[in-house]
Amino acid sequence: MKLKQPSILCFILTFCFSANLLANCNDTLENKNAAPVTANEDASIVLPVGFTAVRFADSLGEARHLIVAPSGKVYVKLSAQLKGAAIYELTDANGDGRAEIKTGFGAFTGTGIGLHNGYLYASSDNDVFRFKVDAAGNVLNPKEPETVIFGLINRHQHEAKSFTFDNEGNIYVNIGAYSNSCQEKDRTKGSKGMMPCPILDSAGGIWKFSANKLNQTYSDGTRYATGLRNVVGLRWNTNTNSLFVMQHGRDGLHDLYPDMYDTKQSAELPAECMYELKQGDNCGWPYMYYDPFQKKKILSPEYGGDGKKEPTENYKAPAAAFPAHMAPNDLLFYTGSMFPEKYKNGAFIAFHGSWNRSPEPQKGYLVAFVPFKDGKPTDNWEIFADNFAGGPAYISPGKAKHRPCGLAQGPDGALYVCDDSGGTIYKITYKAQ
Amino acid sequence: MIKKLIFALVVTAATYCVTAQNNGPSFTRGKQLYTDYCLTCHQDDGAGVPKLNPSLINSSFVSGDKKKIISWVLQGTTDKIEIDGKFYSNNMPAQNYLTDQQIADVLTFIRGSFGNKYSAISPADVKAIRAGIK
Repeated sequence: MKLKQPSILCFILTFCFSANLLANCNDTLENKNAAPVTANEDASIVLPVGFTAVRFADSLGEARHLIVAPSGKVYVKLSAQLKGAAIYELTDANGDGRAEIKTGFGAFTGTGIGLHNGYLYASSDNDVFRFKVDAAGNVLNPKEPETVIFGLINRHQHEAKSFTFDNEGNIYVNIGAYSNSCQEKDRTKGSKGMMPCPILDSAGGIWKFSANKLNQTYSDGTRYATGLRNVVGLRWNTNTNSLFVMQHGRDGLHDLYPDMYDTKQSAELPAECMYELKQGDNCGWPYMYYDPFQKKKILSPEYGGDGKKEPTENYKAPAAAFPAHMAPNDLLFYTGSMFPEKYKNGAFIAFHGSWNRSPEPQKGYLVAFVPFKDGKPTDNWEIFADNFAGGPAYISPGKAKHRPCGLAQGPDGALYVCDDSGGTIYKITYKAQ
Repeated sequence: MIKKLIFALVVTAATYCVTAQNNGPSFTRGKQLYTDYCLTCHQDDGAGVPKLNPSLINSSFVSGDKKKIISWVLQGTTDKIEIDGKFYSNNMPAQNYLTDQQIADVLTFIRGSFGNKYSAISPADVKAIRAGIK
C-alpha cells in the first residue's frame, strides 16, 4: 500500500499537468483564430492590436456602473453589498494600473454612479443620492448621503435607475417599465396589450430633474422621453449636446406568439436600438418594435401586429440598431486622446450578453464600438473587446465568467470596463505599435 | 467488507428506483414541455439567468416540498423573490393552462434533470394543489 501511493500521486499530478497544458494550448489556439489581438496575460479579454487590458480590481461582486475622478480614483456601484457596502472607492496609489486601496461605503444597492459639480451621485433602485467630494476626489460625508430624487417606481423588473448629466445642471434618470410588453398579464400567452399602456405615466421612459435640488420626486421632474422599455446605458453627448440612450428590446415573440414567430425570428427580433432623444420624444414601446431586417417599425403582436404591419403613430426612429437581446448596459462617448483618431467621439457600448435568444446560441458578452460621423452613429459597428464570458462554451448568462456592464473614461484616456458577474474592473490602454 | 458492499448495493438500488421514475414516458413528455414553455427563461441547462430567472439546479424550490413548486407553476409571481440567498426580478407567468398531466410531466423532468435527483410528481399531486387554489 505504501508503495502504491506515490505512483497514484504521480499519476494524478501527471494528469493535472497535462490537462493544464491542454487548456493552455486551447487558449493560445483560440487567440490565434480570433481577429488580430493583443495578448493580455493579466486579463483574458481580447482587444485590437495595440490595446492592453489589466485587471484594475477584482472580486467586487456585482459591479454595475463606474466613474473615474480627475484624480484617477475609481468609484464603482454594486447591486449587491460587499462587506456591508455598495459603493467602492478604488485607488491606484503606486501607478501600476491596479488599485491597492479599496474603501467601501453606502449600504444602498443599485446601478447608477456619476460625478457632477463637486458631488458623487449614486442610485438605488428607487432613489438618487449624492455625496460631497473634495478637490482630491475624497468623499466627505460617506455616511450621510443627501437625497436628490426619491420614490421612483420599482416593481423589480427593469429596476435599475441609471442616470447621466447634461451641461446645464440637469440629471436624466431611466425609469424602466416593470413589464415586457405591457400585457394585462406580463409575459403570459394570450394576454392582450393594455391600451393605452398605463405604465407609461410613471415608467418606461427617461425623466429629467435638476441635479442641484434635493428631495425631488415625480412632481418635480418632467418626462423627457417616453416609450422606452428599459434603458440601462445612457449618456449625454457633449459633442452633439444631446442625450443618447440604449434600449433593451422586448422579449418572447415566439413564446407569446408561436404561430407568428419561430424560435430563430424570436432570437433575432427586435433590434437593440440606440436613440438620440429630444424632449417629448416617443420611441413607441410597447406598441411597436424595430425590425432590423425589414428596417421598419413593426406593430407589436399584443396590439394587433402580424410581424409586418407598421404602426400608424409617428414614433421616433432609432439612430442605430444592434443584434437582438444583447442587453446594452452602458454607453460611453470617447473624448480622450490616448486611443487612435477613429475612436474620437465614437461610442463604446457594453453588451451584458443575452438570455432571450435560446434555444438559439446566446450573443453579446462584449464591448462594441460604433464610429460617429457628423454627430451620428455610422452603420459599421465592430467588436472592440471580446471574450468576457471566457470562451464559446461560456456564452450563456449562467456560465459566463464575466459580463461587461459599466464603462468609464479615465483622465489619461484609458477605458475602464466593469463586470457584474466576476466583479472585475478592466483598465484598457493603447500604445502605438 | 461484505456488509459495506451490500449497503452500497442497496443505496445504488434505492437511488435507481427514485431516478427510474424519471426515465419513463412522463419524463420524456416533460422534456418536450420544458422546451416549449420553460427553456427560454430557465435555459437549456436549467441554470436560469442570474438576477432575473431562477436556476433550477440544486434549488430548494425544486428539491423541497412538492406543493410549493406545483403551486408556483400554477400561479406564477410578480414579486421579487429570494431563492437560496439570491434575488430574481422577472415575473413568472402562471402556467395554469397546462393540464395536471402536463405539469406533472414537466416537473418530473425538472426534478430528474440538470443534476437533480428528486422523485417524480403525479397528476394527482397537481390536481390536489390546483383544487386548493381555486
